[in-house]
Amino acid sequence: MNKKGPLYAMFFSLFLLLPGCGSLTVLNPQGPAAKTLSDTIILSILVMLGVLAVVYILYIIMLVKYRAKKSNEGYIPPHEEGNKWLEATWIAIPIIIVAFLSVVTVRTTNAVENVPADYKDQKPLVIYASSSNWKWHFSYPEEGIETVNYVNFPVNRPVEFRLYSFGPIASFWIPQLAGQKYAMSDMTTYLNLVAETQGDFLGRNTNFSGKGYAQMEFTATSMSSDDYDKWVNDVKSTASQLTEDKFKSLLATAHVGRETFSSTHLTFSPPPGEHSEHMDMDHSNMDHSNMEMDNNEHSHQSN
Amino acid sequence: MNFDLEKFKVHGEPLIYGAMISIALASIGIVVGLTVFRKWGWLWREWLTTVDHKRIGVMYILAALLMLFRGGIDALMMRLQTAAPDMKFLDAQHYNEVFTTHGLIMILFMAMPFIIGLMNVVVPLQIGARDVAFPRLNAVSFWLFFFGAMLLNISFVIGGSPDAGWSAYFPLASLEFSPTVGNNYYSLALQISGIGTLITGVNFIVTILKMRAPGMKLMRMPMFTWSVLITNVIIVFAFPVLTVALALMMFDRLFGSQFFTMANGGMDMLWANLFWVWGHPEVYIVILPAFGIYSEIIATFSKKNLYGYTSMVASMLIISLLSFVVWAHHFYTMGQGVMVNSFFSISTMAIAVPTGVKIFNWLFTLRKGRISFTTPMLYSLAFIPIFTIGGVTGVMLAMASADYQYHNTMFLVAHFHYVLIPGAVFAVIAGFHYWFPKVFGFRLNERLGKHAFWWIIISFNVAFFPLFILGLMGMTRRMYTYSAETGFGPLNMISFAGALGLAIGFAILVYNIYWSTRYMPRDKTGDPWDARTLEWATHSPIPEYNFAVVPNVKSLDAFWAMKYDKQPLFEDQITKIHMPSNTGKPFVLGVVFFFLGFFLVFSMWIPAIVAGIGVLIVLAAMSFDRDHGFYIPADKVIKTEKKLGGGTL
Ligand code: HEM
Ligand SMILES: [Cu+2]
Ligand SMILES: [Cu+2]
Repeated sequence: MNKKGPLYAMFFSLFLLLPGCGSLTVLNPQGPAAKTLSDTIILSILVMLGVLAVVYILYIIMLVKYRAKKSNEGYIPPHEEGNKWLEATWIAIPIIIVAFLSVVTVRTTNAVENVPADYKDQKPLVIYASSSNWKWHFSYPEEGIETVNYVNFPVNRPVEFRLYSFGPIASFWIPQLAGQKYAMSDMTTYLNLVAETQGDFLGRNTNFSGKGYAQMEFTATSMSSDDYDKWVNDVKSTASQLTEDKFKSLLATAHVGRETFSSTHLTFSPPPGEHSEHMDMDHSNMDHSNMEMDNNEHSHQSN
Repeated sequence: MNFDLEKFKVHGEPLIYGAMISIALASIGIVVGLTVFRKWGWLWREWLTTVDHKRIGVMYILAALLMLFRGGIDALMMRLQTAAPDMKFLDAQHYNEVFTTHGLIMILFMAMPFIIGLMNVVVPLQIGARDVAFPRLNAVSFWLFFFGAMLLNISFVIGGSPDAGWSAYFPLASLEFSPTVGNNYYSLALQISGIGTLITGVNFIVTILKMRAPGMKLMRMPMFTWSVLITNVIIVFAFPVLTVALALMMFDRLFGSQFFTMANGGMDMLWANLFWVWGHPEVYIVILPAFGIYSEIIATFSKKNLYGYTSMVASMLIISLLSFVVWAHHFYTMGQGVMVNSFFSISTMAIAVPTGVKIFNWLFTLRKGRISFTTPMLYSLAFIPIFTIGGVTGVMLAMASADYQYHNTMFLVAHFHYVLIPGAVFAVIAGFHYWFPKVFGFRLNERLGKHAFWWIIISFNVAFFPLFILGLMGMTRRMYTYSAETGFGPLNMISFAGALGLAIGFAILVYNIYWSTRYMPRDKTGDPWDARTLEWATHSPIPEYNFAVVPNVKSLDAFWAMKYDKQPLFEDQITKIHMPSNTGKPFVLGVVFFFLGFFLVFSMWIPAIVAGIGVLIVLAAMSFDRDHGFYIPADKVIKTEKKLGGGTL
């Protein structure tokens, strides 16, 4: 059995070395929300390594010390009912660990559900992201433009994604910028993020949605606000309008490449209402305080 | 009725033709074999009509082993397809069908029946009973499970398998987005076998509560029996939810109702809630009995009683309660707000506390023991460090915020295999090696057993550890392919190598069964491991009446007390023994249910109605059955006992 010790040691050192290479997307955040999550994950890994260490050390001691060998041939193990104090210890310590992690969870969940703390005084840029078949539509209500399978936004400015779906449940994820959130057909969900570096980030759907699911990716690009304004103006002056017919044919197609339009589908195909029927117990706690700030596009319309 | 042959066909794929040919060949082989060796009568009398809990248990285990191989081949195909970027082995549709059926088969038709099989064999013996409370109902349970499993298995060649994942989220699983009959199979195959499971639940609760030998108080029950009791209580609470969910799904798909659709007020997340209200407890249905199995084995091979018996029982009770209040951790990302997510986070993490209690109690059972490393003990010992990894990553996933980054990634896939494989598969393999000599009268070969063990344990880690890292690299689950730029290739290749190693390990295990059947010496003692609990107090193989004399239990580990404290166990005289008679009706019921399910899958209404009436007729025939069983006369019992020799009389 003790052959396994080194094996695990090897695995874990591998596990700990890898973040150094930066290939662990999730632990290589480029914005405050993803940073919070990455810190949470690393903290939990460290705590859990502590737990593992205790179990493994005890385990190895037991196996080495009490194995049947020639020298203890006649040994008759004692009868042991248990021990109040020992058992209380291994109830109490895990409770403390779980309580600690619970506090961390509640705080970090609250943090990433809202506009990141340092950006609270800025008005978020609202972008609707909706899924259909195996593509993503991005509508910018303020700018009156729409893109498919790529999304641009300014760096260092809060972005509020409003998510919904024209089909199966999808999950919207840009791992280096924020955790994911479902896009569903019957309600709108919200995702806040800020990018603190300029660049291209891979985004994708993580919730299985049929045949073309593996290819359901998009690029999220954060750029300086000047570049962003220039891009918006470009789109407005050069791209064609998104007509209802054009939108319907887009919806019907399985995969498309990048598309750009100088109007949005929100006018003729409004998004569903807010989270309503499901999980009602919590409705009052839906924290969208940030939404109240942009009264022009509040999404309580029902369809 | 519109009969359209096209609906049955699954088109042009070497894999499917391969499957068809192997199914056909295997069936022909079985039919020819039975005919040539004139075994039809034997098969019918001894097995298909049996109501003996031991034989039903053996049939469950055989079916589960078969399903382990079916699910294992699925797993190999998936791992091969993702072993390198842009592989062309399976197309998207196939990959989707394969991971869906892999998940379904492994959980519902492998892990659970394997456990139900072991509990059928062992529990009545552990509590000193002659059989379960309702032996004929037990046969009904088995045949419903069996034909439910068969119904799902033929989907690959007739009509197409379900392809919306084992969790079948709506609206993806609706007619609109999954137009093949695959998800009809899902709703009907699970429904039929689920009814069987629910009946098992009732049967075993009654058995354990009502049929214990005199003196066996609840707190003198062996830990495996305790785990089975709690498991069956979970079954009785959880399975009705599945029944309802599947019925609604069937209405949506077959009769155009709109419970979970996109339009007309359907609620997609209602399905997710119903599914996981059943699905999370389901995980504990397969894992709690494993805890029971490990408790028996670790105590036996440490030559010690189980440490902290009371807290072991209490922790299982707490786990079973908590298992019902954590389901929403499967969709933290649904946008349900900080409050709800926090509640489910904390309740989920709380499960770590009673689980930790169990781990430490096992470790302290080893302390001061005299540990011998037999094959069943090796699996039980390997369980501790590996399952702990599954457990701590479970706590990591339970943190709602962090889960926003893990959800639906390979990290999750790694986690649940780290829980399910040590927590269910190693346990049933350990239990299989441990109780095998009781049922068949000889041990499995230890050398081959250890070979298989090392292959399985090492390959398991090679196959699944890389997936944690892949998850953190951003690889999501259920992706049939990925491009080279993602950098996912190398780790997936390592994982594939691990899967191959696992296959080799399982092959050695099967070879061991074959080899041992032929060459292992027979065991006359009935107690080859020097074990502690009642099932070892009878002969091996076990006579049909289990115990010639009902034991009088005076302590925990009563058999151990008899052996080493000279505490008398069998004090009564041999008298005539009442036994239930065999019946073919449960088998027939299974067959009729199979056809009912099949016709419903294809919306063939008239045959379905006929089969439905058939079900009612068989049920009526069963309820008017006046057969009250028979008695084995005392002198015949005495003769059998003499012949089996040794033993306890
Ligand atoms: C024996 C070796 C096994 C291997 C190599 C293996 C491999 C895999 C793979 C590659 C996937 C799909 C990953 C993806 O693309 O999302 C998967 C999914 C799954 N496996 Fe296993 N598996 C094994 C055993 C088991 C066992 C024993 C169980 C349960 C007791 C199990 C339960 C599941 C479930 C529930 C899923 C999810 C299916 C879904 O996504 O709908 N697996 N497994
Ligand atoms: Cu919803
Ligand atoms: Cu769960």
